[in-house]
Amino acid sequence: MNAQPAVVSDANITWELPSRGRVGMYCLISAESAIFTIFVVAYLFYLGKSLTGPTPRDVLHAPIFFTICLLSSSLTIHLAVKSLKGAKAGGFALWWLFTLALGATFLAGTAREWHHLIYDEGLTIQTNLFGTTYYSLVGLHAFHVTVGLLAITTVLLFALLGYVRQEHAERVDVLALYWHFVDAVWVVVFAVVYVIGR
Amino acid sequence: MATDAISTFRADTASLPLVAKLHDWVTTVDHKRLGILYIIYALVFLIIGGIEAAIMRVQLIRPHNNFVSPEVFNRMFTMHGTTMIFFVVMPMLFGFANYLIPLVIGARDMAFPRLNAFSFWLTAFGGILLYFSFVGANGLYGDGTAPDVGWFAYAPLTSRTFSLGHSTDFWTLSLLVSGFGSIGAAVNIIATIFCMRCPGMTLAKMPLLAWLYLVMAVLVILAVSPLSAAQIMLAVDRYLGGHFFDTQAGGSAVIWMHFFWIFGHPEVYVLVIPAFAFVSEIVPVFSRKAIFGYPVMVAATVCIAFISMSVWAHHMFTVGMNANANTFFVLSTMAIAVPTGIKIFNWVATMWGGKIHFKTPMLFCIGFLFQFLIAGLTGIMLSAAPFTWHLGNSYFVVAHFHYVIVGAILFATFGAFYYWFPKMSGKMYNESLGKLHFWLFVIGFHLTFDFMHIPGLLGMPRRIYTYEPGRGWDTLNLIVTIGVFFQAAGILVFVANLLWSYFHGEPVGSDPWDAWTLEWSTSSPPPAYNFAIIPEVRSRRPLWDLKHPEDPDWKYE
Amino acid sequence: MSTQMWRLRSAVEVVVLLCVPETALADSAGRSLSPTNIFAPASTPAHSIIGLSFFVLAVTGAIFAIVFSLLVYCVVRFGRRVDDDGREPPQVYGSNQVELAWTVIPVLIVVVLFLATARVIASIQKAAQPRNAIQVIAIGHQFWWEYRYPGLKVVTANELHVPASDPAHPTPTFITLLSADTDHSFWVPRLGGKTDLIPNHPNSMWIDPQVTGLYLGQCAQYCGTQHAKMLLRVYVQSRQEFDRWVEEQSRAPHSSTAVSEGQRIFETTACINCHAVNGTVADGRFGPDLTHLMSRETIASGIAPNTPENLRLWIQNPDSIKPGSKMPAMGLSDHQLDAVTAYLGTLH
Repeated sequence: MNAQPAVVSDANITWELPSRGRVGMYCLISAESAIFTIFVVAYLFYLGKSLTGPTPRDVLHAPIFFTICLLSSSLTIHLAVKSLKGAKAGGFALWWLFTLALGATFLAGTAREWHHLIYDEGLTIQTNLFGTTYYSLVGLHAFHVTVGLLAITTVLLFALLGYVRQEHAERVDVLALYWHFVDAVWVVVFAVVYVIGR
Repeated sequence: MATDAISTFRADTASLPLVAKLHDWVTTVDHKRLGILYIIYALVFLIIGGIEAAIMRVQLIRPHNNFVSPEVFNRMFTMHGTTMIFFVVMPMLFGFANYLIPLVIGARDMAFPRLNAFSFWLTAFGGILLYFSFVGANGLYGDGTAPDVGWFAYAPLTSRTFSLGHSTDFWTLSLLVSGFGSIGAAVNIIATIFCMRCPGMTLAKMPLLAWLYLVMAVLVILAVSPLSAAQIMLAVDRYLGGHFFDTQAGGSAVIWMHFFWIFGHPEVYVLVIPAFAFVSEIVPVFSRKAIFGYPVMVAATVCIAFISMSVWAHHMFTVGMNANANTFFVLSTMAIAVPTGIKIFNWVATMWGGKIHFKTPMLFCIGFLFQFLIAGLTGIMLSAAPFTWHLGNSYFVVAHFHYVIVGAILFATFGAFYYWFPKMSGKMYNESLGKLHFWLFVIGFHLTFDFMHIPGLLGMPRRIYTYEPGRGWDTLNLIVTIGVFFQAAGILVFVANLLWSYFHGEPVGSDPWDAWTLEWSTSSPPPAYNFAIIPEVRSRRPLWDLKHPEDPDWKYE
Repeated sequence: MSTQMWRLRSAVEVVVLLCVPETALADSAGRSLSPTNIFAPASTPAHSIIGLSFFVLAVTGAIFAIVFSLLVYCVVRFGRRVDDDGREPPQVYGSNQVELAWTVIPVLIVVVLFLATARVIASIQKAAQPRNAIQVIAIGHQFWWEYRYPGLKVVTANELHVPASDPAHPTPTFITLLSADTDHSFWVPRLGGKTDLIPNHPNSMWIDPQVTGLYLGQCAQYCGTQHAKMLLRVYVQSRQEFDRWVEEQSRAPHSSTAVSEGQRIFETTACINCHAVNGTVADGRFGPDLTHLMSRETIASGIAPNTPENLRLWIQNPDSIKPGSKMPAMGLSDHQLDAVTAYLGTLH
């Protein structure tokens, strides 16, 4: 049995729906926000409850420089997407490269901080409640940064090979949305760990 | 003209070797095939989970029974609960979602077909990983093997100290994997509904099925994520020496409960809202009336989802929260009864003044209404915290939630099976067998779950592999167990009906039920592309408008 | 709250509850139905809960009756007739007034139920502890109960003794709930609702049983393999009997040469790693205190009567009585078993 077309209205309706990629990314961001919220709640709940070992006040120093790097990368990725929308492939590649560099610097900063905490301060994930919640929360964020950087690197490779053009701007913007989310999470993590927690 | 998928498929592929056919199914990204894969997967696990339940019930048929050891029993209730929730009901519901949503909104597929396939295979492998634990988890003292920590895996029982070997890790990791599958499926549902509706189908003109699945998908995103977070924390504790739930290091066992139930309570709404969706599609068609109060039904569902994020600690009334906290959760839990009740009244009002056709789908929906009413009322009883101080963690609670999951959700799902089976297979199921399934299952369900309330009232806690005689529980447990065999018989009849009807049932056209939503405007089964021409709609019941041009819905909406 | 206020409140409770006819009937009928019947309350918290339960049951019962009748009427009255002409019935899309009505009425019902519930929660959870309350610390273990009476310097296991509380001069028992390992839950249905024992999370509950007797229950939070056999036995005694029991529990056991061999085996095998006997070298805390083992009617947390045969069997092979309990089989010879059993038999 073949299909019978449903009613066709007389009026010519303009039918515009949101972009799938954008909606999908918002959903992913919501899910990830929920996961991060639980880790933040655990971090806040356990503040001051460690029985032994170093406390945040003892060992944490706010990573201002690396935070500026990460938050600037939000600006550079925005500029990159803007360039791409304006069909400026060169500008896009440049700002995209800056984004990668700034993000990688942030990760390096985290690595350096962890090295100091583990080898100089004796704080590991096993040490106490602070260690467990700190490494888990910051580590989860760093993991998301890493995934973002891998995606950015992939796009960079495609861009350098000339495959990324103006018509891909929407898709690249969706990835930028993810990157903005990662930066927003860092704002929260920074506030909770380095400001409130100390 | 053979435009339906199955006859085309058969014609083209009749000569293909089995391997090629299987390869087609394994690599498919077509929402209809993935839907069917989800549903078949869920049915297989339904039978496995049912066997686990039967084992428990045989062990409990009399006091001090020796059918299975306590270790095996404890694995049975853990696996039964985990299987039924994560590998039966959720895949079943995602299966129906994937099959139906593009069809009812006039789209050709889901928003992200490859994500769809990925999500299915994540879920599928999660289940296989969980069951691999029966054979692969050998740890110390034979304490490896299937998890035995209960489906909610309370800390610190799940810590390395008390859960030796790897059984708990199978629980954690398999649910983490399938959890990501669920989130993927939910993202897909939301993107599909927002971005793929056919022209003219505003959100206010979507079938209730689409609305309710939208709400369910949002809840999945907000609820499954906390579980994933908690499981990552548990894995950190067990593998990296973390202390999230390590009470010896100052950690809190209660915080696991909070995190789990922040997932666990919205999860039950994730399970029941699609059941509402099925009933909201079936009852109008078999009462020959439009759904009563469409906007209110949408609003009530959104309210339910919203409030459901605030009631979780009613699962924790006995853990020693202070009076103010307990009182708050009493209020939020009682509040959720209001929109839920409104929905029941609206379904009854839909039937009121209609011409009810008592076919199998409708029988199951009437069973749903009756049983969901009772389940909701025992829920209100339990929402009074002092009542839960007695009956929490007792067989009364077990009876209550099985009343919801089996009596409401499974019944509605059976209704959905019978209603959409003709669409999916192109054949009509056997009505007599369908009614036989219904009556066997109703008798078995009530024998088991009505009587199960009473041992709870007489002091029987849950998760006990045996019990003392002289507590007044003996005969009741016997009756409860007997009911299981009726239910098993019903399931056998059901599966037999599905199989027999698939091969020998009467072929049906596109609209065997004289229904009104878009899936009935295309062939049974639909072609791979769903619709030859993407439909344009003007009302919530486009086919009603076509069949009743003198009295179309859009005049009244 | 002062003792006077307590008395007044208790009196009001008792009067109110006696006015509920079910209570008196339910008590004797309930008890014969099951010793763990929640509808046979014997203590104020249990009475309060049942009072609230009857109210909630009445309301939900009424709702059920109404909606069920409507549903049945619908199914009976609106079935398609055999001689149906095939025309569609009038399509009704909704009604704002009806929706409003069945929103407002449930909201009012919820308000009423909520207020009734809040009152009972407060009466139980915010009850003040009178000066002469008995203090007990209950510590949950896998799979037994440890009881300490800090004020009375008594340490025992598995069988809780409390004095009956006279409504005129109430002597409730306030129990602090701790856990040595995983989560447990204390549920003696006739005496009160359950409260969980969670490590690193002290809880508290109270009971004031007014009728002497033995009250049964069991652990109500899954705690591992033998969760099912972690039974509760609460002996409510008259004040004199309770004082006598306290005095017996405080006495040190006297050693007897007749069982010195058994005592030597006990003290040189790993028994003392887990068990304690006052006045001897045995000072283990992992297992139940055995100082007054013979004053208990049951062993293995209520599972088996405390007879020499059961005791011997338990020591020989705990898994035969409670498979998965934390006590290992000590691998003693028959002779050693007899000796140790005889020794333990002197621990009154």
